[in-house]
Amino acid sequence: MSTLAQATPAAADDNPLRQVKARNGEKVIKALLATAAAVSVATTFGIVISLLVPSITFFSEISITEFLFTTTWTPLFANPQYGVLPLIAGTFVITIIAISVAIPLGLGSAVYLSEFASSKVRRTVKPVLEVLEGVPTVVYGFFALEFMTQLILRPIFPGIQVFNALSAGLVMGIMIIPTVASLAEDAMSAVPGGLRDGAYALGATKRQTALRVVIPAALSGIVAAFVLGISRAIGETMVVTVAAGLMPNLTLNPFEGMQTMTSYIAAAASGDVSTGSIEYQSIFAVGLLLFVITFAMNALSIRLVRKYRQTYQ
Amino acid sequence: MKQMRDSEAAKQSSSDMSTTGRMDVAASLGSHGREIPETISNVVFGLDNVQVFYGDFQAVRDVSMQIGRNEITAFIGPSGCGKSTLLRSFNRMNDLIPGARVAGSLTYHGYDVYAPNVDPIEVRRRIGMVFQKPNVFPKSIYENVAYGPKVNKMKVNMDDLVEECLTRAALWDEVKDDLKKSAYALSGGQQQRLVIARCIAVKPDVILMDEPCASLDPIATAKVEDLMQELANDYTIVIVTHNMQQAARVSDRTAFFTADVDSAGVRHGRLVEYGPTRSIFTAPNDPRTEDYISGRFG
Ligand SMILES: Nc1ncnc2c1ncn2[C@@H]1O[C@H](COP(=O)(O)OP(=O)(O)OP(=O)(O)O)[C@@H](O)[C@H]1O
Ligand SMILES: [Mg+2]
Repeated sequence: MSTLAQATPAAADDNPLRQVKARNGEKVIKALLATAAAVSVATTFGIVISLLVPSITFFSEISITEFLFTTTWTPLFANPQYGVLPLIAGTFVITIIAISVAIPLGLGSAVYLSEFASSKVRRTVKPVLEVLEGVPTVVYGFFALEFMTQLILRPIFPGIQVFNALSAGLVMGIMIIPTVASLAEDAMSAVPGGLRDGAYALGATKRQTALRVVIPAALSGIVAAFVLGISRAIGETMVVTVAAGLMPNLTLNPFEGMQTMTSYIAAAASGDVSTGSIEYQSIFAVGLLLFVITFAMNALSIRLVRKYRQTYQ
Repeated sequence: MKQMRDSEAAKQSSSDMSTTGRMDVAASLGSHGREIPETISNVVFGLDNVQVFYGDFQAVRDVSMQIGRNEITAFIGPSGCGKSTLLRSFNRMNDLIPGARVAGSLTYHGYDVYAPNVDPIEVRRRIGMVFQKPNVFPKSIYENVAYGPKVNKMKVNMDDLVEECLTRAALWDEVKDDLKKSAYALSGGQQQRLVIARCIAVKPDVILMDEPCASLDPIATAKVEDLMQELANDYTIVIVTHNMQQAARVSDRTAFFTADVDSAGVRHGRLVEYGPTRSIFTAPNDPRTEDYISGRFG
């Protein structure tokens, strides 16, 4: 027999734990936030659908194999051909040039700012970087065309074309440095000071601490910064439209002009293609390809980040 | 007025100590069964009027004391009295804080730690440090221990060294099959012992410990305390602790610090009393020491 008194449920209104306040404000906030989240999800779906529908019509005329694996892109010719490889090559070459500038310089500035610079330098340089991120990209385009090509590249490589991939790639790289630097710096600043103290207390130098403790600890954030930089390079439109020329060109030679996927979309969309025509639909097909590539990049980066994630306590 | 008298008293008691005055001259017994003479014959650190500043703020004023070789010295005192600040000035960790500055004379085996030609990196390699929060690196257990020898380009058999240090840190048996695992997978107590293993891997001769057990449970604390006793045979250890029992249990000598408030209302840390742990805990000279260790103050 239990000697413990059974708790008798009290009448509903003297329960001291009963809910008294309605807390409606909380519900409103929750609803607003949910709406905000829903809008961005819905927009993404909208984009996918608006890319998919014209693309499906496009691919009913042009086979996916022809689109992906043939080498001539001449949608506006009398006898149009839709082999997207020249655009992929242009995007690829310019992106590689851009990230070979942006990743080393961006990471270098981030390491300098987070580990070596005095807090005064950091406080001045960080906002400047963030302002640079906001310079309109068309400005960089003219900088590439007028300054980079004419004043720097021409004297060194006399044979370079007026519109060329090299100047567009280099300037795009410079343009992306602040993004990479700022994000990588955030990741490194978030590494707990205790880890640095631990390294210094073992007799490590600043360089050894930065390279062997801070960077590994911040790796997931740094990889994310790189991926964002690469995505920006792939998606960048104005610099290439202005400085790389608009000639689809299946080559890896950076001294020649090229067209990228983005600059094709910009040029075709602002030209006089008639709505519903196959040229018109090709814009969406290229857009869809761009979307798939960027999406794959981001998915890859999420996997990389998960793999290398270092959690702090 | 009271303030004045207290600081006079403090001066009085520290001069008493340096001349081995009226304190119990008979040797005190540290907890690991060694004779602790009143005076220190083998001096590792000599502090003469050491003052530490953060910018204009003087966090520690006029500390004069000596730290004896192969002894465990405990720093106790209320929060904010400058124990960590003073400890970090021993291996020049304060250099890393912008604006921090040390005045007075601080010698290590007779050499001025702050002389212009001294390399702080060399100082830190010889004087290791263990922190309150176990700051293991986001690397494998093995790489944590190997990090110091690698950055110091020590020519050693790394596998042997890792095993030796983990064994000395009483961790080997628990981790020997998981050396490649992330150090983050260890418990807090194991992490702290890993940090100690990492610290001794660069073969320092002093280990500074700033509240090494503050985030550990009693069992892990007991393990780290045992380890300290064991390490004291080969190393000189200075430990900051808020745990009076810990100071009494493990240390040979105890220094009690407190913070004085100056006329402008700013708190400055100062050394009140320093001596063999047994004397400090059984017959303190200064009433503030007695109040603190008996829990009436701080
Ligand atoms: N990096 C810093 N910059 C400026 N002031 C500091 C810094 N670190 C500590 N101080 C100040 O110096 C004084 C002493 O601090 P310290 O951390 O040495 O005290 P403590 O005795 O170790 O305290 P606790 O027992 O809480 O760890 C405090 O007033 C503190 O605010
Ligand atoms: Mg402290």
